[in-house]
Amino acid sequence: MSYAPSPAALRKIEETITLYPEKSAALLPVLHVIQDESGFVSPGAESWVAAKLAIRPIRVREVLSFYTMLRRAPAGRSTIQVCHNVSCTLAGAGDILRFIAEKLGIGPGETTADGAVTLVTVECLGNCDHAPCLQVDGVDHGPATRETVVAIIEELKAHGRE
Amino acid sequence: MAENEVRLLPVDEGSWRLDAYRRAGGYETARKVLSSMAPADVIAEVRKAAIRGRGGAGFPAGVKWGFVPQGGAGPRYLCVNADEAEPGTFKDRLVLLRAPHQLIEGMIITAFAVGIRTAFIYVRGEYARVGRRLEEAIAEARAAGYVGPRLFGTDFGLEIVVHHGAGAYICGEETALLESLEGRRGQPRVKPPFPAVVGLFRAPTVINNVETLAAVPQILARGADWFLGRGLPKDGGTRLFCVSGAVRRPGTYELAVGTPLREIIEVHAGGTPEGRSIKAVIPGGLSAPVLTPEEIDIAMDVDSLARAGSMLGSAGVVVIPDGTPMLDVLLATARFYAHESCGKCTPCRIGTAWILKIVSRLRREGGSPADLDLIVELAAGIKGRTLCPLGEGAALPIHALVTKFRGELERAVAR
Repeated sequence: MSYAPSPAALRKIEETITLYPEKSAALLPVLHVIQDESGFVSPGAESWVAAKLAIRPIRVREVLSFYTMLRRAPAGRSTIQVCHNVSCTLAGAGDILRFIAEKLGIGPGETTADGAVTLVTVECLGNCDHAPCLQVDGVDHGPATRETVVAIIEELKAHGRE
Repeated sequence: MAENEVRLLPVDEGSWRLDAYRRAGGYETARKVLSSMAPADVIAEVRKAAIRGRGGAGFPAGVKWGFVPQGGAGPRYLCVNADEAEPGTFKDRLVLLRAPHQLIEGMIITAFAVGIRTAFIYVRGEYARVGRRLEEAIAEARAAGYVGPRLFGTDFGLEIVVHHGAGAYICGEETALLESLEGRRGQPRVKPPFPAVVGLFRAPTVINNVETLAAVPQILARGADWFLGRGLPKDGGTRLFCVSGAVRRPGTYELAVGTPLREIIEVHAGGTPEGRSIKAVIPGGLSAPVLTPEEIDIAMDVDSLARAGSMLGSAGVVVIPDGTPMLDVLLATARFYAHESCGKCTPCRIGTAWILKIVSRLRREGGSPADLDLIVELAAGIKGRTLCPLGEGAALPIHALVTKFRGELERAVAR
């Protein structure tokens, strides 16, 4: 359960805290640093953050459980986000989602057995002129087609083998 | 540069760097303002320009700045709302990518006018990469002396911090944004007190949208009259209209406030693809009640859309083509608000969840006209009973979809 960030992450965290007039305001950016390094925020990390920012652990849990980008459990090494809001739905996001799910053999919210890819649906990514759009590990893609999706999955697989 | 070619949004992305911005006269307006104008005169000029907030609420920016109490020794803050998340909207992304220095210059002028020395830019979590461009621009500006203490040889200084969100539509609501910035759940505060009086860290705070602030340098460079002349008397300037859905050229179009919706769709975005026609148009982001094809001969300004029972909102235009099952549009809409309701106000938390349950059931197994009545009743139960506009933003478009496309929906659910 015990947690300690890497020296580089710790430096980043300490720098971040100095940017705010109240330490507790650094909570979101600090959780980002931890998740970027560890892939998720463990219960041990929650306690560590609470102590670091001098706030109660429940406040960390409240924030962690509110924001959709923050995770309390590990996900796949890569994440494919498929927008299913109106503009993307009009452009065939439903078909693209079904196609990706079939290719990966998983449904939305699931991770492939080898731990390589997590597939999720998301609300508007602000990229509607490229509908249907995806975000893969933070990188925007669109308009997504069956061909581009196959290429993305191939690349993730190749990357995962390295 | 000819007057009619002056643009808020540069056409190419390559011009975002400080060198290019300075070659085009960048930061000279801030220099002029800081060295020769009184803060009150800056506010008066922006008020005269009648620039309505570009984030969605359409409140005049100059009036908002005027609400900050004069004097007082404590800190004040500027919060830039870059939590662009209204479905159908992707303009602030482009401002951040192509014109980050123009935003920074607008922030300097705004901060000077209101007596602010610290600014936070709240960038939605999903724009992490876009935010990195912004951070790079801020680093350039800092190295050149445009961010930090003593700008342009004056006593005035400004610090800027970029704060990344983590996935929550509600944080675009100004008081939820403040809560989120303070390290809490993004749940709205009771107003009053308004943020201009009690805002971030309990201090007076100005919150403006990215596009609004990026327009400030041109107002001060060319004057309020010029800006007004670009738009309408009560709604000045150009706006970035985002067009998506069934058009030949989806994209962002910078046009005069008041440009007719039909012109935006048919001329600028190229109209619907061959053989398709318009079935409905969402004129200002998903929260704006849908318009029928008979309703799109309308000027795109805050007041005209309000009179038509809709909303200019974030100016995100979504064109829905013939053949689209409106039950699918209703489902995507209901799902969005049920997912994004923050849970603080019961009518919104429970109402959006029940509407989604009903729409999902209708789509799965059909139903009766009474189910559509129930959706309308639930939407009415949310409206006016929540702390923030998310509730209304859910209730109004759902009400409009169900009432304007009632016949089709009745046929679709009858099994």
